[in-house]
Amino acid sequence: MSLGRALPHDAAPLHVTGAARYVDDLPTPRGTLHLAFGLSPVAHGEILTLDLDPVRRMPGVVRVIGPGDLDPMPDCSPSAHDEPLLAVGRVQYVGQPLFLVVAESHRAARRAARAARPEIRPLPAILTVEEALAANARFEAGPVVWEKGRAAEAIATAPHRIEGTMEVGGQEHFYLEGQVALALPQEAGDMHVHSSTQHPTEIQHKVAHALGLPMSAVRVEVRRMGGGFGGKESQGNALAIACALAARATGRPCKMRYDRDDDMAITGKRHDLRIDYRAGFDDEGRLAGVEFRHLFRCGWSQDLSLPVADRAMLHADNAYHLPAVRIESHRLRTHTQSATAFRGFGGPQGMIGIERVMDHVAHAVGRDPLAVRQANFYAPMGQVGGGRAADPAGRPGALPPDPRDISARMKEEETEARARLGAEEVDLTSRGAEAMEHDLPPPAPEGVQTTPYHMPVEDFIGDALVAELAERADYARRRAEIGDWNRQSPILKRGIALTPVKFGISFTLSWLNQAGALVHIYQDGSVHLNHGGTEMGQGLFQKVAQVAAAELGLPVEAVKITPTDTGKVPNTSATAASSGSDLNGMAVRAACVTLRDRLAELVAERHQARAEEVRFEEGRVRVGGADLSFAEVAAMAYQARVPLSATGYYRTPKIVWDRLKGRGRPFFYFAYGAAVSEVAIDSLTGENRILRADILHDTGTSLNPALDLGQIEGGYVQGAGWLTTEELVWDAEGRLRTHAPSTYKIPACSDRPRIFNVALWNRPNPEETVGRSKAVGEPPFMLGISVLMALSEAVAACGDGSIYPALDAPATPERILAAVRRQRG
Amino acid sequence: MTEIAFILNGTPLSVAAEPTRTLLDFLREDRGLTGTKEGCNEGDCGACTVMVTDETGPRALNACLLFLPQLQGKEVRTVEGLAAPDGRLHPVQQALIDHHGSQCGFCTPGFVMSMAAAHATGCRDHDDTLAGNLCRCTGYAPIVRAARAAEEAPPPDWLPSFTLPQISSGGTVSGESPSPGGAAANARPAGGPGGADSPPAAGCRPTSLEELARLYEAHPEATLIAGATDVGLWVTKDLRDLSMPLFLGAIPELRRIEEAAGSLRVGAMVTISDLRAALAPRLPGLADLLRRFASVQIRNAATLGGNIANGSPIGDTPPALIALGATLHLRRGETRRDLPLEEFFLDYRKQDRRPGEFVEAVTIPTEAPGLRCYKLSKRFDQDISAVCGCFNISVEAGRVAAARLAFGGMAGIPKRAAAVEAALLGRPWTLATIEAARPAFAEDFTPLSDMRASAGYRLEAAAALLVRAFHDLQGHPVSVLEVEA
Repeated sequence: MSLGRALPHDAAPLHVTGAARYVDDLPTPRGTLHLAFGLSPVAHGEILTLDLDPVRRMPGVVRVIGPGDLDPMPDCSPSAHDEPLLAVGRVQYVGQPLFLVVAESHRAARRAARAARPEIRPLPAILTVEEALAANARFEAGPVVWEKGRAAEAIATAPHRIEGTMEVGGQEHFYLEGQVALALPQEAGDMHVHSSTQHPTEIQHKVAHALGLPMSAVRVEVRRMGGGFGGKESQGNALAIACALAARATGRPCKMRYDRDDDMAITGKRHDLRIDYRAGFDDEGRLAGVEFRHLFRCGWSQDLSLPVADRAMLHADNAYHLPAVRIESHRLRTHTQSATAFRGFGGPQGMIGIERVMDHVAHAVGRDPLAVRQANFYAPMGQVGGGRAADPAGRPGALPPDPRDISARMKEEETEARARLGAEEVDLTSRGAEAMEHDLPPPAPEGVQTTPYHMPVEDFIGDALVAELAERADYARRRAEIGDWNRQSPILKRGIALTPVKFGISFTLSWLNQAGALVHIYQDGSVHLNHGGTEMGQGLFQKVAQVAAAELGLPVEAVKITPTDTGKVPNTSATAASSGSDLNGMAVRAACVTLRDRLAELVAERHQARAEEVRFEEGRVRVGGADLSFAEVAAMAYQARVPLSATGYYRTPKIVWDRLKGRGRPFFYFAYGAAVSEVAIDSLTGENRILRADILHDTGTSLNPALDLGQIEGGYVQGAGWLTTEELVWDAEGRLRTHAPSTYKIPACSDRPRIFNVALWNRPNPEETVGRSKAVGEPPFMLGISVLMALSEAVAACGDGSIYPALDAPATPERILAAVRRQRG
Repeated sequence: MTEIAFILNGTPLSVAAEPTRTLLDFLREDRGLTGTKEGCNEGDCGACTVMVTDETGPRALNACLLFLPQLQGKEVRTVEGLAAPDGRLHPVQQALIDHHGSQCGFCTPGFVMSMAAAHATGCRDHDDTLAGNLCRCTGYAPIVRAARAAEEAPPPDWLPSFTLPQISSGGTVSGESPSPGGAAANARPAGGPGGADSPPAAGCRPTSLEELARLYEAHPEATLIAGATDVGLWVTKDLRDLSMPLFLGAIPELRRIEEAAGSLRVGAMVTISDLRAALAPRLPGLADLLRRFASVQIRNAATLGGNIANGSPIGDTPPALIALGATLHLRRGETRRDLPLEEFFLDYRKQDRRPGEFVEAVTIPTEAPGLRCYKLSKRFDQDISAVCGCFNISVEAGRVAAARLAFGGMAGIPKRAAAVEAALLGRPWTLATIEAARPAFAEDFTPLSDMRASAGYRLEAAAALLVRAFHDLQGHPVSVLEVEA
């Protein structure tokens, strides 16, 4: 049985020998050209002249394409059609592409791209959320507000109150492989594109649109990415479009890869934001009401900002029942890179707000922050108030059936979306947040606690998971010991914190929750696997191959993993929202079940048995006394003219969501986890280290514990990096000053916790997911929040306990030192 | 074009190339060896790490910052050349698979090569040997597990031992002498004798100090290339054409470390790695600081002379050397002069170096038990100093008898804190004295605010480092690194 085994990444032997090919490694046909963008040096301004003759005169230049050469100007946006490939008339950020160079070599293209001297009349640039708020520069007409109960009243009448503001920095993806695309012109104007993208269908869609071709004339292939993290969900569009246009114009293959500085200057990052909060609570720290105001800095174009900011609102509760809550979300437009998807997709930004509130409340009531967190948890699964009861077998009771047929609803939604936007160009493949009315789900059962968006929380396990982690990590004893240690250590201080994670799984744009697969069995019994998910290192291909192997009773090596290809599985969703294995695993399972059933029927017929009795295991097909190899059965089926190829399809059930009202069930289920982090700080300099981390994380019944552990460890460190060393700095002119690893510091090897204990909760998902597993891509990222909270504890230990540290993120040595200074007055 | 002879994955090559062609571009574009990756092209991510072996043994280096002439006579091994011809994997490769050390796999070849180099030299401080390799997926834990697991495995028998039997002492590749005579063996430009009278062509590699002095005096417009960890960026990032590159790697005198009473005379081409090893028993505080000088790959290439001569205000060796009272030895033609290192730095990127003059060596006093060196940066490893503070303080009878304090990151040059020193000298060595000296920092320095830190932080932290030095000299714990969970 391949499911649940800790198999290595399928490409590991290729990775370690350098044989794994990324787009820039593909052998290119003779005559391949190389592209580079010329970039805007000004944040906001009017383009007066753009003389490209000096660029054309540079050595090796084959062609230079300016805004005047493209009509209509291709759009690169995944949502609002507000991203021209090249700036037209006006520049909107430093780093915006102004023109495109096509040259004989990568270096020649880069050199030529610097030869232009555009004349740009600067206009006032909006760089900060405060400036954007003052100018009312925003996406959507005004802030989005979701409410449950009357928060202001609850806060006013509560025994205690706090309020505060928190600045949370953005984050560069720093995928090790930069953005890259290669376009190979085909006969009759067709285009074959290799792209490092999480969203092949969107690349296909955008390239087709730019070339004026039907999607069927464009084929996009992705074998693997050298990291994505959300940064390759929409940010690869411009390169693919540029390559396709240049390939058509020259008739030659065209490749473009951003060098690291260009990549960081051009592409979007995680949204930074300011969170304003107020909360009212009792002596125990139990919340009566909370208000949040999110000020998201979205950058110059809409990109995926709306659903990102939505997801922040959807995670403003994290694991806590908020009886009365108001969340106000501003999506502000600035003259900076367009912030985009990044692992967690707004979830981390929402969650850090409530964790800050918990920390602040605990300080105010003088209790252990863990006790305050526990006092505010949602009621657990199986308890009164906590939703469904577990049945004796440990399986939860069934939820009510879907109110309506999903397929009919999807069709309706599509029509609705098109009508609403009155456009033929609605990008149904993207995560743009087109607004739609939906029916509401059935109301929550009596007494079941609901989220701020009125979704019943019926699968809450945070309490049990946190209790077990606190025990395993010896939290209480260590916290006491750290307190003692701090009292006798004047310069160095330690801190410890436990924070939980509850993360909603599903795309909030409901129709994206679907997937397709294509599985072939060849007459020799070998299996060819294809699906719509993309491989960016997370091990999706291996997990899905394990699903296929399990269904067909084969060793996983018998399943050939193949590149994602829009020609094989159409209309795919981005590999995003942690949904990769949930969606594609199920689609592949469906295809394999179809094939297996066909084979079983044939074998049963030949051996006078019933199809259900045929067993597929260990590469054998057995029924009664018959024991055949899978290959024999495949050959038999071929000769019997049984079709050996099948598609599979899956759509997530139960989700119903109205984002404007902030009501519904946007998520199929929640994934849980918790981390205890211990840190040390130097109160003289603000330097800090993570000393130890203990993690317990819910992956359901893990499809592959090794790959899941990898996601958890890696996610934690990436989350810790977001909140500590990773600082994006823009200057007063809007130039990003941290545009390479020399200035932007992701965690290095020695930054990982010196003691790092990670365990899986490993209990079945109550919902019917593939193998009862849970999504694991994004949720562990937010375990890193425990590091910031532990740093807050360590800073608090520098004072007499009267001042809340109010540590902003990222907690660089400089910010920590400033917080220590506040403690010491 | 320059002719360069070296061994690539066991195969001797003779290559004609532009002298500023990087090994990375050569491997990927000319040889189709795409296992070596470009992650940043500035020596920070390590995805392009290769193993280069010469008479001193194997070293991990960044291929993106190696110009081909620097490889003359050496052996280069890339990730494609690490497994046995029959497919057996190197122990570190197998361990990475077994311990799930790769996810997206893009950084993996670089890790493999850093790990293989460390495995070959027996280095087991994995945090140190892997500090120059960034991974965005794994959080490093499984990679370190893999490195530990491979520690005990014997070196693979299919890899050559350190002695490099294929390379003769003259630096030519046996069996394939690119052209007759020592000049060609040292990669003189093809087709020119390259004497002092005729202009040296691009890619020239003088083989003696005399020859360098002659050449550079005659051609002060030449670009001297030591480890290329800084000059490399002029090519990879600024896309500049270097004027007349002169490679200094073939001059034995520049690589020497000579010991005298109470001091070391260190040749300009001594790498930071070799310097660190030499200083470890003598000046452990400075050796510890050098552990935080960039990464293994950079320290294996970067030289002491380069770190001084480029005049950066944030180079990490000058503050310590100034605090020690090091002497710089300069040479122009036959003229030599010595000056205290602190006098070399005149203003931002302006040094007291005349046209045609070059750094020959540095004399470093090694009797300084009170020397303490601290570096502050956002990230502990592989980061550039926001502030680097070095303190050489002698206390006699409870009073400050001598004090040399020097800082990087606080001014346009590495600079002594003269006013602070004055405020300490002769006074009791107490926190009260240090507190009283605090305002003097603002007399000595008006630092900048930039992406690394604000001016305010720099001033405050510089003073805090003096407090740290006080506690450190008392034997109190002062580093977060010493704290255990």
